[in-house]
Amino acid sequence: MALDRKLAVVDLTTGNIEIKPIPLDVRKKFLGGRGLAAYLLYKYVKPGCDPMGPENAVIFSAGPLGGTLASAGSRTDVMCKNPLTGLLGSGNMGGFFAPELRWAGFDHILVKGKADKPVYIWVHDGEVEIKDGKNVWGKTVTEAQWAVREELGDPDIKSAVCGPAAEKGVKYGNVMTGIKNANGRGGGGSVMGSKNLKMVAARGTMDIKIAHPMEALEFDKKYIEMITGAKVNQTMGTLGTPFIWGAANAWGGVRANNFQLNQLLYSDDIEPESLDEISNQTVGKYHMAACFGCQVHCRAKYRIPDRPLSQKLGMVGKYDEGPEYTSQNAFCGEPGCTKAETLLICNHLVNQYGVDNLEIGSLISWAMELYEKGILTSKDTGGIDLRFGNDEALIEMIHHICNRDTWLGDVLAEGGLAAAEKIGRDSLKYMIHVKGMNHLGSDERATPGLALNAAMASRGSDHLRSRPAIDLYHLPEQVLRRIYGSPVPYDGPLSPDQREYAGKAWMVFWQETCFMGVDCLGTCKYHTTFLGATLPNFEDWSKVLYYNTGLEMTPREMWDVAERCNLIERLFNIREGMKKDDPLKGEMLVDRYFDEPCRLGAPDVVGATLDRVKFEKMRAEFYQHKGCDEDGIPTPQTLSRLGLDTLDAEQPRL
Amino acid sequence: MEARVLVIDHDKCTGCRRCELVCSVFHEGVSNPSKARIKVEKWEWEGLYIPMTCRQCVDAPCMNVCPVKAIERDDAQGKVSVDYDKCIVCRSCVAVCPFGAMNFNPAEKKVFKCDLCDGNPQCVRFCDMKAVDYIDSRKESTVRKRDAALKMAEAKKLGATTVYEG
Repeated sequence: MALDRKLAVVDLTTGNIEIKPIPLDVRKKFLGGRGLAAYLLYKYVKPGCDPMGPENAVIFSAGPLGGTLASAGSRTDVMCKNPLTGLLGSGNMGGFFAPELRWAGFDHILVKGKADKPVYIWVHDGEVEIKDGKNVWGKTVTEAQWAVREELGDPDIKSAVCGPAAEKGVKYGNVMTGIKNANGRGGGGSVMGSKNLKMVAARGTMDIKIAHPMEALEFDKKYIEMITGAKVNQTMGTLGTPFIWGAANAWGGVRANNFQLNQLLYSDDIEPESLDEISNQTVGKYHMAACFGCQVHCRAKYRIPDRPLSQKLGMVGKYDEGPEYTSQNAFCGEPGCTKAETLLICNHLVNQYGVDNLEIGSLISWAMELYEKGILTSKDTGGIDLRFGNDEALIEMIHHICNRDTWLGDVLAEGGLAAAEKIGRDSLKYMIHVKGMNHLGSDERATPGLALNAAMASRGSDHLRSRPAIDLYHLPEQVLRRIYGSPVPYDGPLSPDQREYAGKAWMVFWQETCFMGVDCLGTCKYHTTFLGATLPNFEDWSKVLYYNTGLEMTPREMWDVAERCNLIERLFNIREGMKKDDPLKGEMLVDRYFDEPCRLGAPDVVGATLDRVKFEKMRAEFYQHKGCDEDGIPTPQTLSRLGLDTLDAEQPRL
Repeated sequence: MEARVLVIDHDKCTGCRRCELVCSVFHEGVSNPSKARIKVEKWEWEGLYIPMTCRQCVDAPCMNVCPVKAIERDDAQGKVSVDYDKCIVCRSCVAVCPFGAMNFNPAEKKVFKCDLCDGNPQCVRFCDMKAVDYIDSRKESTVRKRDAALKMAEAKKLGATTVYEG
């Protein structure tokens, strides 16, 4: 059946491999994917361990809907203790790795220890092997994936790899699969690099038995129509996520020049329609690509266009996919660059180096502001004129960070907080981060709900853990009530006004639970209540899970699973030293959110700042919804309600 | 009515492989691409995805090579199928198919191929791009003609001439 996939625990120090079944009661409690990974991380990683040392673990996970008929059962979660933040590290990527892992018989591969020389893990039809990595180590993301196919003689192998940046110990290395499917924000690639693990390669021909095949096919037809019928997904299917940038920038909701402006001016060249035209010209009319089983197909293919800068750098015609909204932030808004070729080149570089686009773009933009303020000088930059809008400087810095071959590149490779300590002076003041992770490129000063999400995200500043994006749609209150009042009742305030503070804590809590739910199942966030208000959530998941896997769970039970798993992530962070008001590791936004008003944008944005008192009240409400005390620590009652009171004491359930 | 045919326009394919998935679920009740009758061949580094399946050939090599005449073509349905009562599983058909469309299932010791899902191919039903389509055989080339003509029309707009002026 679809639930009979196993866990493999691989110890790279000893070479020992243990294969364990996943009992049904564990499924019912944690489902799988990110949720079960959080449990495994909590139980298998020793508190306070060095994230780059052998005691850390890196866990590759598919969800129970991975490889099934459920729309977009493509997602791979990678979890570890993050070397960048010292807290939870977790990323999620699409592509084709997770279904292949499941056809090979596994849902979770937990890797601990450290190999004494480069290796990779080969998973195939129920077996797991540790193989010599000499043919794959040192290679770029795509070269490495190609090399393992050559070595094993099978072009259908799918692998999750780390890139050259992670091999060199850059602290925000991604796990990657395919051309651009990036498991970012979690530092999973860096942890792989620290273990001398280049990749997990998978190939499987084992059945995933569909519990009710004909019913599943018919239900899925309806389910897919619900997903592709949403206007937002149709737009995404033609323009990709850059459509978000178009709207957000026009409105004044992005970071520009690090955090000094909230709109990138003169940016026609990187508008979604302009990028679409480049794909049209370099690839053709049909240029959208999809992850496994997904009919949204939000990933554009492109070749780097023939323009002076791409010519100069020898990059003309290089194939890649994307860019995503986040790359527009990281390589256009934040560093103040407005050329499409810069964006497309940077996107290609980070994909090949296997490094987090948001982190590297934000760090370079931060350095640009330090350069502007005179905190960094051209002596520090190695002669690079690191001013905002200098496209070539941005590209050069990506190389220097990933290769760690200049002083500044090496310093920034260690991450923001470590860099701020080395650079000193007032540098930290200019860094936009939460928990030591740089903030993505959106500006939430005018949207308290979205700001709360950024502060609360369990892996550090991020939009994919709990962002109530539909807060920007001005939906009527009764629509909001229908969404946010199920599957658990809620009768507190809910406002269609995104400038309000009241009720936003519940929306963030609800989204946090929803996003954990979808990550436990192993499907995509674009297929649930994230960017579209009409997309399926708990109610329909319950059916899709039943038809595909046979597992019967009510919407409320799935909600409880998600709530439980979110709480484990919180407990992990608390164990690793998270304190709510700690400016380095806490659940707080930097002062600039409260002190500097937005200077550009629409009338409802200009002049906006966050109100510190109201923000803290909102945070307190959020803790209440989660069943935590005023410091954000789960209360004993909450732990016992969710069956986590024995978490610390119990033997690992698997 | 003229028999319909399965046509593939690989330009439209997004590479999602839902066709493989629904094919194996419909026929075998399992998700397993190695049991699907259709497969998307990929060159990811160039963004090239080409779905491959049986072309239901008129003069089918699988049919011709079969030593026990277990493979027949039904012209009314435009379908080549295997008679499992006659088949001796020598796999000659697998060996000769120029498209790799005849497959072998080692667990069940059976060859298998596309059967057009009895007139409602699931791969077509679930392909929103219609990269795989099931249409009147005469229409396949009309679409190509029009696409090619459009390219010529566009070239003309850019100054190309169709008249030799030398």
